[in-house]
Amino acid sequence: MKCMPSGFGKPIFRHFLGGSIVCCLAALSMHAGAQPTSVNPVQAPVFPGDSVYQVAATLTDQDGRAFKMGDHRGKPVLVSMFYTSCKFVCPMLIDTMALTQQSLSTEERARLDLLLISFDPARDDIQKLKSVAGARDLGPAQWTLARTDATSARKIAATLGIQYRLLSDGEYNHTTVLVLLDADGRMVGRTKKIGTADAEFIKLVKKVLSASNHTGQ
Amino acid sequence: MRATSFGIRSTVVGLLGACAQLGFAGTVEPLYVAIPSGSIASVLSGGSADNAPTTVAGFEMRLKPVTVAEFLKFTEQKPEWKKTKVPSVFADSNYLHQLETAAISPVHAEQPITNVSWFAAQAYCESERARLPTWYEWEYVAAADAAHADARKDPAWRAQILGWYSKPSSSSRQRVGGDVNFYGVDNMHGLIWEWVDDFNALLVSADSRNQGDPDQLQYCGAGAISLQDRDNFAILMRVALLSSLSGSASTNDLGFRCARSPTP
Repeated sequence: MKCMPSGFGKPIFRHFLGGSIVCCLAALSMHAGAQPTSVNPVQAPVFPGDSVYQVAATLTDQDGRAFKMGDHRGKPVLVSMFYTSCKFVCPMLIDTMALTQQSLSTEERARLDLLLISFDPARDDIQKLKSVAGARDLGPAQWTLARTDATSARKIAATLGIQYRLLSDGEYNHTTVLVLLDADGRMVGRTKKIGTADAEFIKLVKKVLSASNHTGQ
Repeated sequence: MRATSFGIRSTVVGLLGACAQLGFAGTVEPLYVAIPSGSIASVLSGGSADNAPTTVAGFEMRLKPVTVAEFLKFTEQKPEWKKTKVPSVFADSNYLHQLETAAISPVHAEQPITNVSWFAAQAYCESERARLPTWYEWEYVAAADAAHADARKDPAWRAQILGWYSKPSSSSRQRVGGDVNFYGVDNMHGLIWEWVDDFNALLVSADSRNQGDPDQLQYCGAGAISLQDRDNFAILMRVALLSSLSGSASTNDLGFRCARSPTP
């Protein structure tokens, strides 16, 4: 883990910085007063160096609200990327996310966010996302369907290890994978098993949910 | 535009670049050159059986790969991209290997920057109000020799490009420049590997229509990407390298240049 020289004062950050608190304090004392120009009056959140929340892209959800991936901090997130006009694998991808969710207890479900990001911003507008969410009964309390600009989609995909390519017929070739993020946006697991719930993966989801619950809010 | 310790030349080029951006490019050397639209039969298929040539819209390509001096200047302006500051999700431990600890000689300053991650390359290009070229854009410009827009069928030229790949990467690297192609773009071959914007799209995969086996359902889409023009080893090696990388990877011979869409 890298030293985060500032901005880890929020309680939720402390646990995750855990073992590196000492090193961070050292960094703080070295930096204290030395760089007054670097002090940002609006404190931007500081995420761990290995967090995908380092990507500060702005996304828009199915209800037209702007957000950043880092806004999900505090809860584990099951994330994947898709496009709404995909006829075969993407519906199965959504099924698999739902299956994973359904294999959790009611209490666990409430603490797992599900995030689907489109890599087809040219065609996937907010209405398309909204209509998929409606048709598939993906409740807004847990499910976020999101779009962003093409550059940000490519960056998010690069962070998540997802490949996609537009083909000449308008379809995409893409990696179909579920990625599990811990409460701080670190990638802690992934599965490429689609169509069935991956028992090992669900075990991991439960473990991560339990860990995030014990560390508290 | 700040002067740096890397000598007058990079400053002058930087200033000229700024002038070119402001529309004062006359007799001065610009950073980018306009590439006319056209089409290319890519080594990657577009997924359809006939593999029709891909249309490349007009764009601007950076004339030269980004140099060590240019990149270090960028990290001074954007310290979050210094080796000591960059989040590990954006750059692995090879990032700017030995660069920030070593004194930069004037020769080294004019060499292409390597050991940069895709995220860092993208961020640099954004600082020039640009982006990384797409694979098709890169391949389109790289098809040219000094005299022809598409020299890929010329066996002598192919052999010359391939010659570079047989050189050990430990041999000392040339500075940028001195190998201008048909478009006026320098060093498309023979100097470094280069990042492209859609490096994570160069899928060379098994057919994605095997819907039966859940373990095989990795790819969606009507057709798989397959490799065309199998004699074009030099380009295929680039595809193989790029498709094997993650965005945070940085290697000794991998650098970049930037591109721009025409301003509407």
